[in-house]
Amino acid sequence: MKQLMLGNKAVARGLYEAGCCVASSYPGTPSTEITEEAAKYNEIYCEWAPNEKVAMEVAFGAAMAGKRSFCGMKHVGLNVACDPLFTASYTGINAGMVIVVADDAGMHSSQNEQDSRHHAIASKIPMLEPSDSAEALAYTKLAYELSEEYDTPVILKMCTRVAHSQSIVEVGERQEYSKPYVKNISKYVMTPANAIRRHPLVEERTRKLIEYAETNEINRVEMGSTKLGIITSSTCYQYAKEVFGEDASVLKLGMINPLPVKLILDFAAKVDQLVVIEELDPIIETHCKQLGLTVTGKDVLPITGEFSQNLIAEKLGQEAKPSCHLDEQLPMRPPAMCSGCPHRGLFYTLKKNNCTVLGDIGCYTLGAAPPLNSIEMTLCMGASVSATHGFNKALGAEAEKKTVAVIGDSTFMHSGMTGLANIAYNQSNSTVIIVDNSITGMTGHQQNPTTGYNIKGDPAGKIDLEALCRAMGFDRVRIVDPYNLKECDTVLKEELAANEPSVIISRRPCVLLKYVKTNPALKVDTDKCRGCQACMRLGCPSISFRDGKAKIDNTLCVGCGVCQQLCAFGALQ
Amino acid sequence: MTKNIMIVGVGGQGSLLASKLLGQILLSEGYDVKVSEVHGMSQRGGSVVTYVRFGEKVYSPIIDKGEADYIVSFELLEAARYMEYLKPGGHIVVNTQQIDPMPVITGAASYPTDLIEKMEQGGAVVNAMDALSIATEAGSSKAVNIALMGRLSKLFDFSEQAWMDALEACVPPKFLELNKKAFALGRAE
Repeated sequence: MKQLMLGNKAVARGLYEAGCCVASSYPGTPSTEITEEAAKYNEIYCEWAPNEKVAMEVAFGAAMAGKRSFCGMKHVGLNVACDPLFTASYTGINAGMVIVVADDAGMHSSQNEQDSRHHAIASKIPMLEPSDSAEALAYTKLAYELSEEYDTPVILKMCTRVAHSQSIVEVGERQEYSKPYVKNISKYVMTPANAIRRHPLVEERTRKLIEYAETNEINRVEMGSTKLGIITSSTCYQYAKEVFGEDASVLKLGMINPLPVKLILDFAAKVDQLVVIEELDPIIETHCKQLGLTVTGKDVLPITGEFSQNLIAEKLGQEAKPSCHLDEQLPMRPPAMCSGCPHRGLFYTLKKNNCTVLGDIGCYTLGAAPPLNSIEMTLCMGASVSATHGFNKALGAEAEKKTVAVIGDSTFMHSGMTGLANIAYNQSNSTVIIVDNSITGMTGHQQNPTTGYNIKGDPAGKIDLEALCRAMGFDRVRIVDPYNLKECDTVLKEELAANEPSVIISRRPCVLLKYVKTNPALKVDTDKCRGCQACMRLGCPSISFRDGKAKIDNTLCVGCGVCQQLCAFGALQ
Repeated sequence: MTKNIMIVGVGGQGSLLASKLLGQILLSEGYDVKVSEVHGMSQRGGSVVTYVRFGEKVYSPIIDKGEADYIVSFELLEAARYMEYLKPGGHIVVNTQQIDPMPVITGAASYPTDLIEKMEQGGAVVNAMDALSIATEAGSSKAVNIALMGRLSKLFDFSEQAWMDALEACVPPKFLELNKKAFALGRAE
């Protein structure tokens, strides 16, 4: 039966049909739904791992044991998992292992727009790249076959527009698969003596994969007009077809590493002009140029951001489409912390105390936005803790009295713990605030090792953050309720003043969690409101200022009461 | 010929259900369909957009400037924001509800005035309605999305029964009556 399916859900369906048994991932937009959807199949053991490196190693262990396995992550997550990735390329696998990496050109929800194709090239691991949901499903299954045939993990590269678009798929049945585990020290123990024998096998594998790339059906030529030849892949294929239809011939590459040689040369010989359409870095283009071909690519098309049909059309000489227009400068609508977000009270307190805040990756990154403007750095997962230590070591006691790291519960488990160990070991007088909202918030509510529940919502192991910090040697571990501004302020001042490192756990569950009970919306007593706008300093989406008075949107307000604590006139009831 | 519907609004307003409903009815009417959504950071109260495209064969999953036949907007300012995506003479179905964005809340900007007139002057056919009141009348302020779908349905030739079937396929039974009522009230606007 034909059905509309999200690209990520189609990958999960592919995992199911391919007989995948073990999936371990860390959430990251735009990859998260793959593992969430896979977890709905009882035949696949699924888990959220603390980070991508762990996830990849879990998947590796399962593949080595003889079961088809999976790990999924966003592009920056692949950086975290590069250590196992590069050496799993040498060991190869037993049963198939598929890795999904989801790139985010345009940075809809990311801190950079790196091109993960480089990782496939550098690690010498084959990479497939689907252009819609039907291909996402089919390529996932194909990836397992290639993985086993060529004895290598295989990367399936998604992008935001394939991952988060629904298109039509037809589903099939599950086929079970397993292989016996056989002890093989020379294959799996990567001491120098063994690894030195594996590397030539990797090079030989790449040579065979290039042969495969020349003839396989996922690298296909669609002949149209021979005046223009387009080499492309992924969502860019869809844009190119939309713009040119039959007015161009297209070489659509479903396998992006390794790239074919003869196929490209033959295609180039059939067309008058050759254009490579690829988002981000010029990888196909560079390959074509190495083959001696003259191609148009990044000289015309941008190296930054996402593409679209109009962008391609206009850069390649077509006129812009007529459209409606509005001659008015409109205010932007950037994302903001939700009404009742527990992070708001904490960031208000940090701003009030003029703290230097080194932040991390999560909803709380919004603490950098107006009007709270608190965060002064966001780099990567876990960097708040380690960078605060470095900041304090560089600037000494003066900095230590006003600098804090802010990191979420899930991000802390991902890679904040190691930075905390460094503070304990190398002794800076740093203050680390763990904003514990009892969930992985930004990616849409995934469980993590501190929540006590697993990916299916069943009870699981629960790591005690206080005990963990104390075990690392922190004697000062304080817990505050971020809805209580006075308590936050007192504890923050005390811990910044203390002559030893400390951890403050700002604890309150995300207001969007289903089990969180909210209060009725507050109302403004307009007789009491003096229009001082003290409540507006919170940047709460529920509070606006109309006709000289505060106004509360009763469809948004959840009655958290933080604004009440700022009103000197008792006008918020 | 591919037709294009954009659904725009503020993160958290329920655009996912609206696009699910459209995807469902378009698939059942025999079209090729693509629906493109936004997840992650921008959902947190930011400006969000969903693309729904249908026709004999749809390639790109996104809608570009000058391509939209219809814009359904859950909020007034957001309709104005995406005007450039609308074909000249295209339809805007807009909820007149106003939600202040953060620059307005902080006082850095003010909420623009007379937007409906300005959108009409800019070349759009504007179908404005107070979807929040309609949704509230139907039983829940959260049904704004389906009330707007009811209004949009008037611009299509599909039968009312086909829309009801699609609703039944998309909405949990517990909320079906509420949503059917919101749809009917929107369609009657």
